[in-house]
Amino acid sequence: MTDVLIDSASVTYTGVERDVRALDSLDLALGAGEAVAIIGPSGCGKSTLLLAMAGLVGLSGGSIVIDGHGVTAARLRTALILQDFGLLPWKDALHNAALGLEIRHQPLVDRTRRATEALERVGLGEFLDSYPAELSGGMRQRLGLARALALDADLLLMDEPLSALDALTREDLQDLLLELWRQRGHTSVLVTHSIEEAVFLGRRIVVMTPRPGRVHAVVENPRMGEHGYRATEEFYARCAELRRFLADEGAVHGARVAAPPAVGAS
Amino acid sequence: MSAVIRRVIGYAGAIALLLIGWQAASWLIASPALPGPFVALSDLWRLRSELLSETGVSAWRVTASVLLGIAIGAPLGLALGRAPRADAVFAPIVFLSYPVPKVVFLPVLLVLLGIGDASKIALISLIVFFQVLVTARDAARAIPVASVLSVRSLGADRWQVFRHVVVPAALPEIFTALRISTGTAIAVLFFSESVAGSSGLGYYIIDAWGRVAYGEMFAGIIAMALLGVVLYEFIEALELRLCRWTRAGRT
Ligand SMILES: Nc1ncnc2c1ncn2[C@@H]1O[C@H](COP(=O)(O)OP(=O)(O)OP(=O)(O)O)[C@@H](O)[C@H]1O
Ligand SMILES: [Mg+2]
Repeated sequence: MTDVLIDSASVTYTGVERDVRALDSLDLALGAGEAVAIIGPSGCGKSTLLLAMAGLVGLSGGSIVIDGHGVTAARLRTALILQDFGLLPWKDALHNAALGLEIRHQPLVDRTRRATEALERVGLGEFLDSYPAELSGGMRQRLGLARALALDADLLLMDEPLSALDALTREDLQDLLLELWRQRGHTSVLVTHSIEEAVFLGRRIVVMTPRPGRVHAVVENPRMGEHGYRATEEFYARCAELRRFLADEGAVHGARVAAPPAVGAS
Repeated sequence: MSAVIRRVIGYAGAIALLLIGWQAASWLIASPALPGPFVALSDLWRLRSELLSETGVSAWRVTASVLLGIAIGAPLGLALGRAPRADAVFAPIVFLSYPVPKVVFLPVLLVLLGIGDASKIALISLIVFFQVLVTARDAARAIPVASVLSVRSLGADRWQVFRHVVVPAALPEIFTALRISTGTAIAVLFFSESVAGSSGLGYYIIDAWGRVAYGEMFAGIIAMALLGVVLYEFIEALELRLCRWTRAGRT
């Protein structure tokens, strides 16, 4: 199973003018099959954390261990879904969905079958030969998801995957994400700016400090994933609580106030 | 299918207009140096076998040059665009030599390579090479980070990033450079053939001009124009096939 252990991970970007410390000894442990939402002020290092977990950004200190192996390069069963879905405009839906398998040198028959299945699963069975430009925003996001499914990913890293979508499409896809998580039991890490989305899709909600990012607090959300959770009083109460918490801690507008002292974090 | 028909109709209309304009101009100017289209076309028909072989010589030269220029310029440009360190070394060289009009090297090439095909092909491919190189480099640099990241997150190595992202992303722009440099290529072809050697349409046109055979001269000009159109259409068709996605989502 896929557990993730992040142990005082630091990332420093070498900038043009000066170096930017994006993550500062961040600790976080995810159980296998857990769904976690990450929320925090803009520029606090959420995307950096995902990239580091995906093996695309090197650590300047600490370690990230996934499923018992230290992350040094892209891992076979980790899927990264970016805000613009990372689709290639020059490939049709089938080839976009099959891209991960193609890169991993799977035989053509095999990857076509698995990509087709994945596309059917996200409701794109009739759009195999459409290019991304011919799909709606929601359909493109489904396609990004299909690529992860075709890979049989056991760790899904999502960076604000739904933020470009309108409210209705967004809820629709949140339901799809939840359903897939319930069916497949993959470990899921979702970066979001939406409090409702964090409460709907995170069994635990990680709140990060302003840059350099650390874990500020972890909010438990035990009823996440129950049927009809979105419509319950408890859901609203949980959202209100999280909103109040973020405001109190200055995390929401954290970019404007000085970074809180690092002691007592996490 | 209807697009093809529309294209054919477009060409037919343009040709008709050109012929009318030409005829009118030749009546107005009333100089033997500008014969009407009927004289030129009848000469074209009369000399068709000779013209065909000269066109073949020219077509071979320009095609070989364009292919050579792309085969070297495109991969090199893409590689430079994606490799900042190599780019830091080579970009200044490229930008220093890019603005130099390459035709000035014709005399040098004639001395080094002789007056046959080699010097002409070298000159034209040099021009195509630079144009494609600069365009491919810029296109490769402009590729969105997200496209590269998403493919790398799937485990792609450098070569796979090239194949799945860099090449297809830059292809439309390389085609644009190709179309522009084809025009230049034909102009330089004419120039180099008229300056040296005794074959090709450029030579044919200048030779007819020297013999004051203006009808034949215009027959050669028509052949040269046709050569350009065929080349252009071929590139267009190739792009339509290879860059089908650029038409997706447009209404
Ligand atoms: N490639 C890079 N080079 C230099 N600095 C970078 C780079 N990428 C990010 N940074 C810096 O690192 C910090 C964290 O960036 P990151 O993208 O991880 O933030 P984020 O939390 O995802 O923000 P947002 O919520 O706005 O997406 C920022 O201050 C940013 O300026
Ligand atoms: Mg981000």
